[in-house]
Amino acid sequence: MTTAEKTRGRFGIYGGQYVPETLIANLNELEAAYDVAQADPTFAAELELTLREFVGRSTPLYFAERLSTDWGGRVFLKREDLTHTGAHKINNAVGQALLAKRLGKTRVVAETGAGQHGVATAAACARLGLECIVYMGALDCERQRPNVERMKLLGATVVPCEAGSRNLKIAINEAIRDWICRPADTHYLIGSVVGPHPYPTIVRDFQSVIGREAREQILQREGQLPDAVIACVGGGSNAMGIFAGFVDDDVELHGVEAGGHGTTHAAPLNSGTPGVLHGAMQYLLQDDDGQILDTHSIAAGLDYPGVGPEHSFLRDIERAKYHVVRDDEAVSAFKELSRNEGIIPAVESSHALAYAKRLLSERPGLSVIVNLSGRGDKDLPSLMERGLL
Amino acid sequence: MSLNAIKAAFEKAHSEGRKALMPFLMSGHPDAEGFARNLAEAGRYADVIEVGVPFSDPLADGPVIQAAAAQALKAGTSLASTLAAIARRKSGPPVVLMLSFNQVLAHGLDEFAARLAEAGVSGAIVPDLPFEESDALQLAFTQHGLAFVSMLAPTTCASRMKTILEQAYGFVYLISVAGVTGTRDTYPSETIEYIRTAAQIARVPVCVGFGISKPQHIEQLREHAAGFIVGSALIRSIDQGGTIADILAPLREACDATITTGTNQ
Repeated sequence: MTTAEKTRGRFGIYGGQYVPETLIANLNELEAAYDVAQADPTFAAELELTLREFVGRSTPLYFAERLSTDWGGRVFLKREDLTHTGAHKINNAVGQALLAKRLGKTRVVAETGAGQHGVATAAACARLGLECIVYMGALDCERQRPNVERMKLLGATVVPCEAGSRNLKIAINEAIRDWICRPADTHYLIGSVVGPHPYPTIVRDFQSVIGREAREQILQREGQLPDAVIACVGGGSNAMGIFAGFVDDDVELHGVEAGGHGTTHAAPLNSGTPGVLHGAMQYLLQDDDGQILDTHSIAAGLDYPGVGPEHSFLRDIERAKYHVVRDDEAVSAFKELSRNEGIIPAVESSHALAYAKRLLSERPGLSVIVNLSGRGDKDLPSLMERGLL
Repeated sequence: MSLNAIKAAFEKAHSEGRKALMPFLMSGHPDAEGFARNLAEAGRYADVIEVGVPFSDPLADGPVIQAAAAQALKAGTSLASTLAAIARRKSGPPVVLMLSFNQVLAHGLDEFAARLAEAGVSGAIVPDLPFEESDALQLAFTQHGLAFVSMLAPTTCASRMKTILEQAYGFVYLISVAGVTGTRDTYPSETIEYIRTAAQIARVPVCVGFGISKPQHIEQLREHAAGFIVGSALIRSIDQGGTIADILAPLREACDATITTGTNQ
């Protein structure tokens, strides 16, 4: 295949396959297997059944009546928090685990930030009898302890990563290194729309069920499309999943990055520049010598210096807008949803909620769908320790 | 120093009946002065020297080189400080850099190539820039007379190996086994077959890296390889207070030993 022919992995200038030579064969193998699987009705049926009976799809589109009144608009929540294992991550985990099985792989490695992707992968692997190793930053192991225990219970080996920033970025480094060392029997089950081609496409496709359902549900309930769709963006998989359902419509797409304390943050689409990390060209937080900068967010799942290549492209062409929400704003939204609607959201998803509130205060009366990507039980110990609840 | 310097270094080794030895040093490790000293000292044993520019998030490095990179970064090592240290050398074998593509991109491809050429660097190895993505950097390197060094892995299929080797400059870096950098005991027979296949097709010298730490490794693999890269073993020795000679002298001897069988580059 010549360079010119190989354009599939690009979203504008973003994406590509910037990986060590050892992994090229695996990526080609994965791409080929994915193409075959997509054309195979058996695979579609297997995935559909898994999503229905194991994951618990479809998830409801919930009209948040009290929030709507308080915020001055119509607020709908896409309830990914109600999926099995408690976050949208499971949609991709079951899809890729089925692919891994088709590829004849016996061992799955994954990275995790908040632990939701790790738990989802551990569950998907347990169901299919695949060995599962999850790399998790040591800092994240501390702040998301309940998920570490869940992964172990599901039979996964959790490897805490002590290097550098001890968070998601480091976990991805370690997972990729593991894969380089055992490419033959191992599938790298990446958890977001990041990494080398074909991952950003595969993960988006598996997550696009969120957008497909939400579009159908809002049309059924309201008889019209929403004005805006809002989702938090770390790597950006829940956002790509819901955006996929509306990207061809006249609907505003809003991604919300983690603003951290303000000075230290995890908002590459707002404050970064294009570069290459973890196999893809994307917006990055980096210094002028190309070193990746440390990030901070209260949300482990958003605490990442890069962002998916497709988001980078949507930003440049201005099809989606990307905003910043700080830790304290996210925590307020976390509490507000808990008290006013009886739903405890993940602190990641709380960033999207906080932006919805801001948007409605600026432009009252809009109809918005917020992707409630996960539930917040996992965040209680950490938020309580910090005295934030 | 340039692509031509690399060619000359391999031709010299070949004409003297030796295998080339390519030690790897991490810029700024164990500190700026130590690196400069080691660079000079390694020059006594090396045909070509590889200098790593530390990156915050290396993918292809094992724990030893990762730790060295982290230490060097913390001490403020940069591309600029690396190039300055290399430019200060009065003599020594050609140097190629090893670094991640983002460290190249940050400076712009042409600017990066110009700065390397100006500092007297001969080329670079960019492990996360595979063949398909490398056109633009190859062009910039060619314009500045630098070698863009391609890599082969045990997972590289036959047709791809041929394509990569047809466009190789300077030398080709053959990754001995699937994995990250680090030392190993022995090599499987597939490794020898894979080096032989590559050497048959290649028009440039085939150098073997990853896991080379002992003379026995070189003895086991030398029939078809033109050179050997030693990284983690050397860095570990430096970390443990050993001298450059401790590691490189015996490897130099193994590279120099008369070759009695087979062919080489």
